[in-house]
Amino acid sequence: MSVATPPAVPAKTASAAPRRRGSRSFSPRDRRILILMAGVPLLLHVGLVWVPSLLSVVLSFTRWNGIGGLGTIEPVGLENYSQITTIYTPFWPAVQNNLLWLAVFLLIASPLGLLLAVLLDKEIRGSRFYQSALYLPVVLSLALVGFIWQLIYSPDQGLINNLFSSDVDWFGDQSINIWAVLVAASWRHVGYIMVLYLAGLKGVDMAQREAAKMDGATEVQTFRHVVFPALRPINVVVLVVTVIESLRAFDLVYVINRGRNGLELLSVLITNNIIGEASRIGFGSAIAVMLLVISLGFIVVYLAQTFRKDAA
Amino acid sequence: MTRTPGPHPFGWSSLELDRRRLLKGALLGAAALSSGGLLTACGSDDSGSGGGGGEGGGVVSIGSNASDATPKAAYQAMFDQFTSDNADYTTKVNTVDHNTFQEQINNYLQGKPDDVFTWFAGNRMNFFAQQGLAGDISDVWEDVDMSEAFKKASTGEDGKQYFIPVYNYPWAVFYRPSLFEEKGYTVPKTLDEYKALGTQMKADGLTPIGFADKDGWPAMGTFDILNMRINGFEFHQNLLAGEEAWDSKEVKEVFSTWAELLPLHEENALGRTWQEAAQNLVAKKSGTYLLGSFLGQQFEEADREDLDFFPFPEVNPEHGTDSIDAPIDGFMMSAEPENEAGAKALLRFLATPAAQDIYLKSDPNNVGTANGVSTEGYNALQKKAAELIGSTDNIAQFLDRDTRPDFASPVVIPALQQFLQDPKDIDGVTKSLQQQAKSIFVD
Repeated sequence: MSVATPPAVPAKTASAAPRRRGSRSFSPRDRRILILMAGVPLLLHVGLVWVPSLLSVVLSFTRWNGIGGLGTIEPVGLENYSQITTIYTPFWPAVQNNLLWLAVFLLIASPLGLLLAVLLDKEIRGSRFYQSALYLPVVLSLALVGFIWQLIYSPDQGLINNLFSSDVDWFGDQSINIWAVLVAASWRHVGYIMVLYLAGLKGVDMAQREAAKMDGATEVQTFRHVVFPALRPINVVVLVVTVIESLRAFDLVYVINRGRNGLELLSVLITNNIIGEASRIGFGSAIAVMLLVISLGFIVVYLAQTFRKDAA
Repeated sequence: MTRTPGPHPFGWSSLELDRRRLLKGALLGAAALSSGGLLTACGSDDSGSGGGGGEGGGVVSIGSNASDATPKAAYQAMFDQFTSDNADYTTKVNTVDHNTFQEQINNYLQGKPDDVFTWFAGNRMNFFAQQGLAGDISDVWEDVDMSEAFKKASTGEDGKQYFIPVYNYPWAVFYRPSLFEEKGYTVPKTLDEYKALGTQMKADGLTPIGFADKDGWPAMGTFDILNMRINGFEFHQNLLAGEEAWDSKEVKEVFSTWAELLPLHEENALGRTWQEAAQNLVAKKSGTYLLGSFLGQQFEEADREDLDFFPFPEVNPEHGTDSIDAPIDGFMMSAEPENEAGAKALLRFLATPAAQDIYLKSDPNNVGTANGVSTEGYNALQKKAAELIGSTDNIAQFLDRDTRPDFASPVVIPALQQFLQDPKDIDGVTKSLQQQAKSIFVD
């Protein structure tokens, strides 16, 4: 390029001119800056995400208590995986709970968030108050949410049992505690989704709605055929957020009972095995790898669909 | 071509210079760091060996898990006494939340731990001694005046001492004498009497046996005492050391006895904390409650007069009531303390009756471990606790202190909770326990 431009022309115009693709068009300084700008994040990403992930995978084939040098790591092959799936009793309940969590968030909490958003979008009286009230739980940390709901659910001193003089063991009974926790988790998730949709609804063209009205469409029809399709970008965001929130669910059950007795989640099992007095690093890593595979499953499906749409 | 110096006349050279300077700087820095490291290493070695000679002083750092107000103040009172007795020492206490401290102990000890830290006796101490994460304090023990049992509980598998006991507390069945008097109950001596008492209490509208296991560990206390009463101390210890089978008929008997008792236990235990269950004893809703004597913390000063306990009744005449859980809390020294002389001086002081008197005055729910602790200051409950511990032949530490840490919390807690949820499936629970024990007790 510099050959083509007359030597007298200052660099300014050269860079202002439309560039051809390819690295040849970059000056050495540009290239260096580019390498720096792309390289540093890349290094950080590889160093902080890929290397630890791969090390986890490697560790999942070993037995190690986290103490002492690398020499104390003992390879055991697939033993961790076979033990987890056969004799480690909390594992399958945890998988089940994670999937249940996902189902409830996808089928109940997120649609509820959408419903509230649509209602509040109508500018009804006091909508600002409702917005703040419903969004408030999102601002609280999940640990705090767990604490608040413990005050409500506690069997002897809790709000519900005292108010209705009932005798339900909300957090202790394995058949109901996951539902009690899901109510608490949804309480927070609904507010989050609601805000996302509220932002999306503000972006829907008023003219389209009015046009639908003029054509005699009912409220429901307008929503189904005009508003909801216009919300598609938000739907994708909500879907991703919901899947992520369900798979990484952790704080709430950990605060309540360390994720035991019916509240098992994969994230908690990883923590319980890896953190603690005598860590089972290899065992915990194997569970982490399984969670990684499940997450990858969702991500791959999502990416495949996105690319297919782009290609079309 | 790309090197045309036109647009950036100084680009290369300045960068070049930077790179050179950077490399040079890095090399110098590394050299400085490594030599510094060597120097400090020499320094600490010097102070270590010098400290052995008797000269001391400086700062002793202490890692503490005593995050509750009562024990925190009690520890502080001891440390203050130490520094006022030894003016050349100062102490620096790092208090961490109780549970967090335990969960992070592994990383803590492998990082830069304090010189001295709070910990527990038994296998839980031995584990870290074996990993080389605790300092040998056998020389401190030459000056310690405590019973042989305490020395044994402070000794690792290699025969060296790693622990200084400060206090312990018994697990027993607590009750309120005023309630017993009012209803005409008597303290049961055997399991059958206990069951009969329970049935009577139930008829009187009381919960016979308070119970809570939301946190997972309190049920271990019930398992411990039933196993020791039914199968004896020996079997219990061997089981926890991985030398007996969890699906043996002995262990199954423990669970089936427990299952018979469960109808007398407070319901919904898995959703309740021990503090809440203790409150039910305070309120005289529960008749009895098996717990450690830290239960007293839940009683107001005035109510504490009306709190008493008896050892868990006899089940098998062969073993009588010859064993209890009485966990010991105390201090250990890290493997490479910065101030070894100071750490040992402090540990030596903590083992004295004078130091323990100070502690027990501030926290009257425990009993001291040193010979010569003044029992005059004890309240009635402390006196009884000391008597019970002194007169019991076999002292166990508690399930999670007597067995491997990677077995106790990840395996035993879910298994016991599973049993409490479905007491009929004893075969399933014991089989799962045994399978997992076999996979963990391998090295």
